[in-house]
Amino acid sequence: MCQLEDISNLHSSNEEEKGRQMSGPGPWTRYKLRLKRKRLLWRGFRSRHALKLTSDKTARIDPAQILLFATVRNEAMRLPYFLEHYRELGVSHFLIVDNDSTDDTAALLAAAPDVSLWHTNAGYKNARFGMDWLTWLLIRYGHGHWTVTVDADELLIYPDHETRKLPELTTWLDQHGQRAMGAMMLDLYAKGPADEQSYKRNQNPCEVLKWFDAYGYWAQRQSRMGNLWLQGGPRARCFFAEDPRRAPTLNKIPLVKWSRRYTFVNSTHNALPPQLNRTYDEPGQEKVTGVLLHTKFLPGVADRARAEQNRKQHFSNSKLYDAYYQSLIENPDLWDVNSTPYSGWEQLVELGLMARGQW
Amino acid sequence: MSVGIVILVHTALDRARQVVRHWSAAGCPVAIHVDKSVPRKTYDAFVAELADLPDITFTARYRCEWGTWGIVAATQTASERMLSDFPHVRHVYLASGSCLPLRPVDELIDYLEERPQTDFIESATTADVPWTMGGLDAERFTLRFPFPWKRRRYLFDRYVALQRALRVKRKVPGGLVPHMGSQWWCLTRQTLSAILQDPARDEYDRYFRRVWIPDESYFQTLARQYAINIESRSLTLSKFDYQGKPHIFYDDHLQLLRRSDCFVARKIWPYANRLYDAFLTDAEGAMKKTEPNPGKIDRIFAKAVERRTRGRAGLYMQSRHPREDWENGVTAAPYSMFQGFAELFENFEPWLAKSTGARVHGHLFAPDGAHFADGHTAMNGALSSSATLRDYNPHAFLTNLIWNTRGERQCFQFGPGDNQAINWRVAKDPNAQISVISGAWAVPLFRTNANFVDLRRLAAHLQKTESEHLDVLRSTWVKARVRIWTMAEFIEAPMEPLQGILDEIGPTTPRRLSEVPRMVDLKGFGQFLQNLKNQGMHPYLMGDFPVDTMGTTGAQDRPSKPYLVR
Repeated sequence: MCQLEDISNLHSSNEEEKGRQMSGPGPWTRYKLRLKRKRLLWRGFRSRHALKLTSDKTARIDPAQILLFATVRNEAMRLPYFLEHYRELGVSHFLIVDNDSTDDTAALLAAAPDVSLWHTNAGYKNARFGMDWLTWLLIRYGHGHWTVTVDADELLIYPDHETRKLPELTTWLDQHGQRAMGAMMLDLYAKGPADEQSYKRNQNPCEVLKWFDAYGYWAQRQSRMGNLWLQGGPRARCFFAEDPRRAPTLNKIPLVKWSRRYTFVNSTHNALPPQLNRTYDEPGQEKVTGVLLHTKFLPGVADRARAEQNRKQHFSNSKLYDAYYQSLIENPDLWDVNSTPYSGWEQLVELGLMARGQW
Repeated sequence: MSVGIVILVHTALDRARQVVRHWSAAGCPVAIHVDKSVPRKTYDAFVAELADLPDITFTARYRCEWGTWGIVAATQTASERMLSDFPHVRHVYLASGSCLPLRPVDELIDYLEERPQTDFIESATTADVPWTMGGLDAERFTLRFPFPWKRRRYLFDRYVALQRALRVKRKVPGGLVPHMGSQWWCLTRQTLSAILQDPARDEYDRYFRRVWIPDESYFQTLARQYAINIESRSLTLSKFDYQGKPHIFYDDHLQLLRRSDCFVARKIWPYANRLYDAFLTDAEGAMKKTEPNPGKIDRIFAKAVERRTRGRAGLYMQSRHPREDWENGVTAAPYSMFQGFAELFENFEPWLAKSTGARVHGHLFAPDGAHFADGHTAMNGALSSSATLRDYNPHAFLTNLIWNTRGERQCFQFGPGDNQAINWRVAKDPNAQISVISGAWAVPLFRTNANFVDLRRLAAHLQKTESEHLDVLRSTWVKARVRIWTMAEFIEAPMEPLQGILDEIGPTTPRRLSEVPRMVDLKGFGQFLQNLKNQGMHPYLMGDFPVDTMGTTGAQDRPSKPYLVR
């Protein structure tokens, strides 16, 4: 399911107002955004009834800890490495909503000592692709913590992440008055169709998905909420060449010093209040940013797309994305002669896909 | 004779304890000040843990808030204690709990032993250094600052504004000349005691109590009164970023710190186990007995800071998305745009590629898609040639292309038949080199086999488009290097402009041009233009073409020969 919300930004992006790019939103827009934020918070608050706490380890959360929030569905294959990666980065507690998984996702998570698990069988789409549930958990547990909000197929990295863990980074961000760090979602893929690869649990997905698009991304600013709208990459190249406007959104804000007054709007692409979206630097310097290594294209992507299409829980009931899902089901090969083998964060900094800023 | 350490501790007491033990193990007496905001229980535990060490004293506690007097008061008290309790101490070294000794303490003792009269304190007059942040340099000595900047920012700012409005100006007492510098110093007993026992100390303290960030100026100013031999540098390595925040050293700085040859560094990340392990445990020390050399580390940092503060030009990403016209460089590297050359010369693109070594594309903004060099359908990193993708965001297409191919000069053809959306962007880009032969778009029309009515309509359209583009290129906002010739002008003497363009592109052609591109046969072109005129469409962009110019002169009679100019 985590594959789906990354196209959920599309409708709102159609509202883009080009003429007003130079000035910030006026008082009326700001007021409307405030109402929107309140409405989303209220939705999140209401959605708590849909969640059932099945494995409660929240008593172990300490005030200064870094917390991770995620909604998952049938991610037993990815989760072992996912948990390991974020533990290694310094995440102390995981708060995860299991949306009615049918594999052993729930058992796996319940067995982990640092995971609190909620179960729900409510509709994913009606919960704004899981965001309502996470909004509630963030209100309830995230206030005052540095929080990581990601999907199970997203691995956060940032400059020097091997030697400097999230506590270092968040202390630094605190010191420099930044409440959020942006990250670009980078699609990784193998050479050859995804289903012809083999991946074992607990394996680093980067060992299977060795390639990425080093170039071919384009960014524009959306004046309404001040967020960046970054698109491109292999999915734009392979599936949306005819209609680039609908290509998946790649900018995310995974790392936020949360306040119970905040809310994400479309997946984690943008948030309210709008200041949170200013993860990029305007006067031409660079701000520290990360990359979410997107491991969607592990084996099984086609089955998953088929299942999602049947469940009708994805964004594309409007038929706009049927072709996209159809292509995924056909087990495509994203590799191209211009693809670049992935070698680590230094490479991504050099390419400009992420930046160290002052960090 | 030995060195006494005054250590100011406020957080990470575990690490402070480790460092105190390290100093003490080398025989240095230590006077410890713990911030008053540390809870009583924690403080007691801290004291108990260090109870077994000899020559340790804990001094009266003050609240040390950044930028306020508390830090100076704490330093004074601890220093007095140090001088009175340990009469054999000759040098007093001021350190913080997050300082880490990089070299064996014995080396520091020897170093100071050899310089018994020297005070190591960074101290410079405010007028001469650009260190200060936030616009308060001389004013920090002439205004009063009773409010802490961190907690009472509003009051702080208002009170500064009020004093400015009232033109308040404090007098510096006793003819002192305000000096500033790093807070971390190493002073001799003589100098330090002279400062602390000065008969006018009350007056000085009263004055500095209301100065902003007195810990960076109190000792720095007063040391100038008494010191016999000031070395204006700090023995403690500390770096600041562009916001004036102290740079924190992490595990990955190990090699850098080793190379610095400095005695002490701050600030160290409390969880940097590798650093603490490396520098506190191996007593032998990996470093040679050399003079501290922060210069090495300075250069590395300065380079990094510059790169980070200015950002990489031409990068538009999540980290950096400057507003239009605010960019520090629109694109990443110089490139050339040619208008009309490919129309006028048959083999312009291969010729240019051969004589410059640059990557020469066709019409990148053509309606049917980007014509990449050598007919590729995608450039570095899958920049697609699809017209849809390109026209979705033409600015990004251009900036991406230049960014993706950093290190290789890009040249491309342009014309009035192409997507004109990038015209302003390119014109305002200092990296762009734009060469235009105006009116050359008429040459392909002249050579096609089409109905004249259609040609006339197309010519009118192209002329209008190009004319608008030329207006852009002639505006006052242009930052690109622009050259415009009319077609008539250009073919009079094509060599000079071509040579000029090549010279500017690069040093790959040191010699004069040996080979020139072949100009298309223009026989009858004058008549073609005249026909357009006769139809009521006046082609003016190509300049003055006599009806028979190219038609009858001998040299142009034989189109099979290349056009050569010597």
